[in-house]
Amino acid sequence: MSHSHLLHTSFVPTAPPSLRRRIGGGSHLPRKPHLIQSKIREIFMPALSSTMTEGKIVSWVKSEGDKLAKGESVVVVESDKADMDVESFYDGYLAAIIVDEGLSAAVGSTIALLAETEEEIALAQSKKSSSPASPSAAGSNDAPVVLEEMPSPVPASAPVVASVSSNAGAVGSAVHPASEGGKRVVASPYAKKLAKDLGVDLKGIVGSGPNGRVVAKDVEAALAAVNVGGGAATTAAEVAKPSGVELGSVVPFTTMQSAVSRNMVESLAVPTFRVGYTFTTDALDALYKKIKSKGVTMTALLAKATALALVQHPVVNSSCRDGKSFTYNSHINVAVAVAIDGGLITPVLQDADKIDIYSLSRKWKELVDKARAKQLQPQEYNLGTFTLSNLGMFGVDRFDAILPPGTGAIMAVGASEPTLVGTKDGRIGLKTQMQVNVTADHRVIYGADLAAFLQTLAKIIEDPKDLTL
Amino acid sequence: MQSAISISLSSPSPIPRSSAACPRSLRFCGLRKEAFCPDASPGATPLRLPTLNSRSQHSNLNAVFAALKGNGSPSSNAFDYDLVIIGAGVGGHGAALHAVEKGLKTAIIEGDVVGGTCVNRGCVPSKALLAVSGRMRELQNEQHMKSFGLQVAAAGYDRQKVADHANNLASKIRGNLTNSMKALGVDILTGFGTILGPQKLKFGKGDSGDKIITAKDIIVATGSVPLVPKGIEVDGKTVITSDHALKLEFVPQWIAIVGSGYIGLEFSDVYTALGSEVTFVEALDQIMPGFDPEIGKLAQRVLVNPRKIDSYTGVFASKITPAKDGKPVQIELIDAKTKEPKETLEVDAALIATGRAPFTKGLGLENINVQTQRGFVPVDERMRVIDANGKLVPHLYCIGDANGKMMLAHAASAQGISVVEQVTGNDHVLNHLSIPAACFTHPEISMVGLTEPQAREKAEKEGFEVSIAKTSFKANTKALAENEGEGMAKLIYRPDNGEILGVHIFGLHAADLIHEASNAIAMGTRIQDIKFAVHAHPTLSEVLDELFKSAKVTLWLNSVPLKQLLSQSPFRFLGLL
Repeated sequence: MSHSHLLHTSFVPTAPPSLRRRIGGGSHLPRKPHLIQSKIREIFMPALSSTMTEGKIVSWVKSEGDKLAKGESVVVVESDKADMDVESFYDGYLAAIIVDEGLSAAVGSTIALLAETEEEIALAQSKKSSSPASPSAAGSNDAPVVLEEMPSPVPASAPVVASVSSNAGAVGSAVHPASEGGKRVVASPYAKKLAKDLGVDLKGIVGSGPNGRVVAKDVEAALAAVNVGGGAATTAAEVAKPSGVELGSVVPFTTMQSAVSRNMVESLAVPTFRVGYTFTTDALDALYKKIKSKGVTMTALLAKATALALVQHPVVNSSCRDGKSFTYNSHINVAVAVAIDGGLITPVLQDADKIDIYSLSRKWKELVDKARAKQLQPQEYNLGTFTLSNLGMFGVDRFDAILPPGTGAIMAVGASEPTLVGTKDGRIGLKTQMQVNVTADHRVIYGADLAAFLQTLAKIIEDPKDLTL
Repeated sequence: MQSAISISLSSPSPIPRSSAACPRSLRFCGLRKEAFCPDASPGATPLRLPTLNSRSQHSNLNAVFAALKGNGSPSSNAFDYDLVIIGAGVGGHGAALHAVEKGLKTAIIEGDVVGGTCVNRGCVPSKALLAVSGRMRELQNEQHMKSFGLQVAAAGYDRQKVADHANNLASKIRGNLTNSMKALGVDILTGFGTILGPQKLKFGKGDSGDKIITAKDIIVATGSVPLVPKGIEVDGKTVITSDHALKLEFVPQWIAIVGSGYIGLEFSDVYTALGSEVTFVEALDQIMPGFDPEIGKLAQRVLVNPRKIDSYTGVFASKITPAKDGKPVQIELIDAKTKEPKETLEVDAALIATGRAPFTKGLGLENINVQTQRGFVPVDERMRVIDANGKLVPHLYCIGDANGKMMLAHAASAQGISVVEQVTGNDHVLNHLSIPAACFTHPEISMVGLTEPQAREKAEKEGFEVSIAKTSFKANTKALAENEGEGMAKLIYRPDNGEILGVHIFGLHAADLIHEASNAIAMGTRIQDIKFAVHAHPTLSEVLDELFKSAKVTLWLNSVPLKQLLSQSPFRFLGLL
């Protein structure tokens, strides 16, 4: 379910260069050089050997705010020859770290700020953080080389990342079997490490590991979801005909693309099969026309119909994670894939079977608005138990969806189109029909299960009065 | 010596042993010698004989004849044996071989399998697993392979075959060990040994079938078992000790390792290479306590941070429940200081690597009024056992893990040899500061002597200065050729007289590199002398060559006789000139 945003590789846009840089570096550093006042000293990248042009910060021995004595080790720098401890030439406080661990800086560039007194720490820090907004800082004293090289935050994606790490997340972990009702997060060591490196909050992530623990791929998937949903600035049209792409160039995967790639490859480990069905949607269309004025959307109607059908076929709403057992999910959460700005995100309509169509429609509108504003919380796109993917608006009449790992089934919905059909009484008539194609995990869901589910769904759609109950 | 040449073919084992042509059994587990020396060509023996060091020369002739007799009759008729060793681990084995060499009629009592912890449940099988993990690591490191221009398909492994490799290695080494003792005629007595009184003991199953024997001297070498703190339930499947882990019955997705000393660290290397994620639970405030802080920091940066490992420090695992009924292993953590509950971990398996406890129960120590301290047998610097009244127990010695002085296989062996020297009339005190230790991670960590804080403390007390020299593997040609430039060597020394206080190495083959330093400490070689020793180029040994060369000793004395004169204690004060 947490992977539902990775449904169709074709929907994952080529990340714009800006996005790539942000992911690659993971740093939120200001790109402008700093204006340095007298009592705040700079710590430079030292030249540790005659051939050294840049050094990598291996680790900061001191943290921001720590007191430093002259001669004390502050930072470990890796040169082309050795790792060296760099000592402070002055007493004072390490006020701000400018080049984080793991990043490189040119010899002579500022890597940290040293405040003489404790009071000046805040001042130094404000220098560091305020610089992007202060145009006056441009071209000031210290070497900007290193800062130019550092990855800088991209306006479009940064707020999304921030929203991920700031969300409350209790909802996400509530369904976490190992989390004691959301009191804590159970995540594997590598998942924790990745989450920290990538700036993802573990609380919002639903684990797919043993006992529901969060494992590395869940974190990668969550990050990819954020990036796909919020980070991309290109439109669908641009994806199809990309501009500014250097033809013939080989572009290494970004972290996000690697995550997508891994998840797609992982989906191959699940033995899936497909069952197609054609619904006649005249009654549904009629209902839609009738209640459209009350804010009901077609997506909500489809989600509601699907949810009601799932109630009768809990196996189709189940999920198998370890290949040895499967879970009948207690909630029916319908994830609906939505293309936004050329990206793809899967907002989730939770408990779609229980909520009335009007509330569901309002909820859907809210989710779409949030998605457009890139404000979706992880639990709002992570918890799907069944996925709907609709390409009907593009005129696609049928297609095939890849099953998101960790879920049982996904339904690909084509366009609803007037079709000439022969009826049982021997007449030919025009009916509106829609083709769907369900991909399911055959370890737990068998052909007859899907057939029965689709039959139930067909009944609901062709006689949709229950949808408004 | 002539006789040695003439019969070395027909009786291969004793001769090379007694010739001292094979290096003394001080290396880790001290086994290689037994495995290879019988193959020494007869021609090689006389060539090597003149290289005997002066210390063993005086007894050499006796040793040869003694060896020819094999494990002969006891020197005094009053006893069944000259020497009885309880425990046939590496310590007992080293002592037994040396005892035969010295002409003692020797017996060794073993209640379990020959080889003890090291061979069966310790260093030996773990090296087999680490050999696998090292290769896995290399093959999985795409960057590393690419930098060589190599293309390798995804590496995989067969767990059972990896486990078999470890098991086969242990049986092979066990066989070598047993054969080396049998060939010398050491009596291997099966059963548990119990001391009945001075110079008297029994062995057997602890029933009426036990046999009573007498010995002029007795060495207790019963070793240790994994320490399992209370509250921890070991089921051997999901909550395990190193004993079980070495069988590699399964590779959990997530394993907590309780204790981040060298055992824990080595297993983290194995498990992460095989795909597990690891959580360290460490009672002290930082992981990898016991290493030189600088080395520990570097090791953490290379062996922990980039790997799928996280850690909890300053916490005790107060309760560990094995996985059952579909529930994972539960580890309750409490604050090491306040004892307040902190967190509960849920993992697939837990490895208890909190250290080792001496195995001294049932030894009959009460019969000679010896009280163990936390299970350890109290001994003096000559491994002589001390009784409850603080008096030495005559003719009773304790070596190895059972005395807790330095819980390393090769230390036990060295202690055993030291005891044999003493009982054969040569006073001998083992310098524990010259015993190297190694952790076989990738890359390896090795050390000898003092850590920097220890050296500084000692310097403060005794009023001398301490200097530090460091070299990096990044500047070493061989290391760079291997694309393994990560690592450093660190020398802690006295600038006033060039004494080596400690050497710590982190890097490729560190465990093999340490011996130049440990030998220098053992022989009392000073930096100003060793720095002129020549190292083949390009080899990793140049890391140490550079290390010694970069040290700055204020006193500069080259002349060899004068140096030797000065190194003798009555003249040591001259070193201050």
